[in-house]
Formats: sequence, structure tokens, C-alpha cells
Amino acid sequence: MALIEILIVGTNKPIMQTIERLINKEGSWKATIALSSEDALKYASAINFKLVLLCAGLEEEQLLNEKLLKLKSDLPIVKHYGGGSGLLFTEIHQALALF
Amino acid sequence: MAQTVLHKANTRGVANHGWLKSYQSFSFAGYYNPDRINFGALRVLNDDIVTGGMGFGEHPHDNMEIISIPLEGELQHKDSMGNIATIKAGEIQVMSAGTGIYHSEYNSDPNKPAKFLQIWLFPNQRNVKPRYDQILLDNSDKRNEFIQILSPNANDAGVWIYQNAWFNLGSFDQNISQSYTVHQKGNGVYIFVLKGKIQINGQVLDARDGLGVWETDSIEVKAINDAEFLMMEVPMEF
Repeated sequence: MALIEILIVGTNKPIMQTIERLINKEGSWKATIALSSEDALKYASAINFKLVLLCAGLEEEQLLNEKLLKLKSDLPIVKHYGGGSGLLFTEIHQALALF
Repeated sequence: MAQTVLHKANTRGVANHGWLKSYQSFSFAGYYNPDRINFGALRVLNDDIVTGGMGFGEHPHDNMEIISIPLEGELQHKDSMGNIATIKAGEIQVMSAGTGIYHSEYNSDPNKPAKFLQIWLFPNQRNVKPRYDQILLDNSDKRNEFIQILSPNANDAGVWIYQNAWFNLGSFDQNISQSYTVHQKGNGVYIFVLKGKIQINGQVLDARDGLGVWETDSIEVKAINDAEFLMMEVPMEF
């Protein structure tokens, strides 16, 4: 089964690494960290992500959201809450089911 | 016409990690129920029991309002903002995780379990500066009325958070009835019974039952017997 590629964007590196580790523990998901909007757009151009999680610390969430949708208009983009907590899996499952 | 959703105590998710037993009113970690994700801005209501000397090691959070209400025993709190504190029954702790925090919570008493409610609300602002607070609740002589313990306002009773939410504790004698008025149009109220038995809109609730009520301006609470409960008013849209 193909891996589900998930882009996680946020500025708090230790928290992003926690989220990455939790996502990658789930066998069929693979996380890519972007620590800035610029990196997020670069990675989104190169990889066919199934989901983007907008994590903490991004100053221009809405602008990034719009730019990502210009790259791929049907890309699911959701705001992440909790910081790699017990909410992460529900958040991803819901997002993947919804879109 | 008021809408309601009932969560009986025995239908909650249960996680038993040995050192932690957690009863979860909404989907959390390994408990996933698509019909129980949240009640408006209320996302987590965990009824936790931590074995003596054990606890939650350092872990991160962001963009979440996290409220802890100890019911028995005490927890030692440490966080990445430099706060070191002990919280115990009769107190309330709040963290606005905002751009990100790390914290740990340990039961510092090796001989006694710590019981507490862990409550998470979606914030009304993302990426705020993280903050921590705890206060002693002075409600020892206030029976048969709603005691506010949380609000959106820094100068109001109780702790404050980044959400248009109001929490009240009630400790009612048998047959006492009171009407709760919703602060903000569009808000709903989730009532969680700590002890005893109460009745709301004709629905009888036992200990650890939860009832969500929305599309109403007020709620009648009647104690069937001596009862304690927590009322959490939260935005249904946020």
C-alpha cells in the first residue's frame, strides 16, 4: 500500500519532530516537516501530499493556505491543534475521511 | 427547543496504562468514536486516576487551552516556562499552550492516587504566547449556587482562557433547584456529574454522566440527592 504523505508546517522544531515521530509510527503515513511557509511551498511542489497540517507558530496561515491551494486546488489543509497530543490521530483520520 | 446529547458514564472510552486509568468522554489517543469528537469548543474531558509516584513525563502541546481540576490527591507540575508548582483538590490549573510548551505532571505522593479532570478547549486565538496559572478555589461555604471557576475575562472570578467559555462548579443539597443562564448566545453547556444524581430538562444524570445542552438560553438543574457537578459553557461554533 502506498504511503500517505502528510506535510506538517510549523515553527517549533521540537514539537514538529514529535508530530513527525507520531505520524511515522503509523505504518501507512509519512510526515515531512516544513519549518517555514517557504519550505512548505517548496516541498508541496515536489511531493504529492494527501494532507497538510498547519501547526503552531505560522504568522501567515491564511496566506500559506491560499498559496498551497494554488499549487493543488483539492489539497486538504487543516489547522492542527494540540501539538502531537492524543488528538493527532483523530484529526488526521477525520481530515482524510472528509476530503 | 433545546437540543441535548447524553453520554452515560459507562459509554466513555477507557484507557488503562497501569500507572494511569483514564475515562474519556470524547475521542482521545486510542479511543476513537466518530460520534464523540467534541462538544463545540470542548474537545477533551478525561477523568484520570494516576497511581502514586507516577505521572505524565515531559511532553509538548500547542494551540490548546488545557484545564486541570484535581479531585483527590495532588500533582506536581513543571513546564518549559519555568513554572514548578503543586496542584491539589480545591484548586484549578490552566495552560494556554499557544505557540508551544512542554510540561510534566506527576503524582508526588507515592502512597495515594491522584484523581483529576483533564479538560481541553479549542482556543479562539491561535499562536498566543504560552501562559500558566493556578488558583485556589474558595468555595468551601458556597453550597446550592453556581460557583464560577473559569471565564474569558482576566478580571472575573476564577482562571481565564482564550475562549468564550465559562465553567461553574455546583454542590447542591437534595431537592435544590437552580436556573443557569447562558452567558453568550450560541453557546452550549456540557454538564458533568462528579457525585450524586441531578436532573436537567427531565434527564436524570448519575455520577460521571455527561449531558450537552444547546440552543437554549437557560438550564434548570435539580439535585435528586446531594450532588456535585461541573458545568462547562462553550461556543458551539468557534
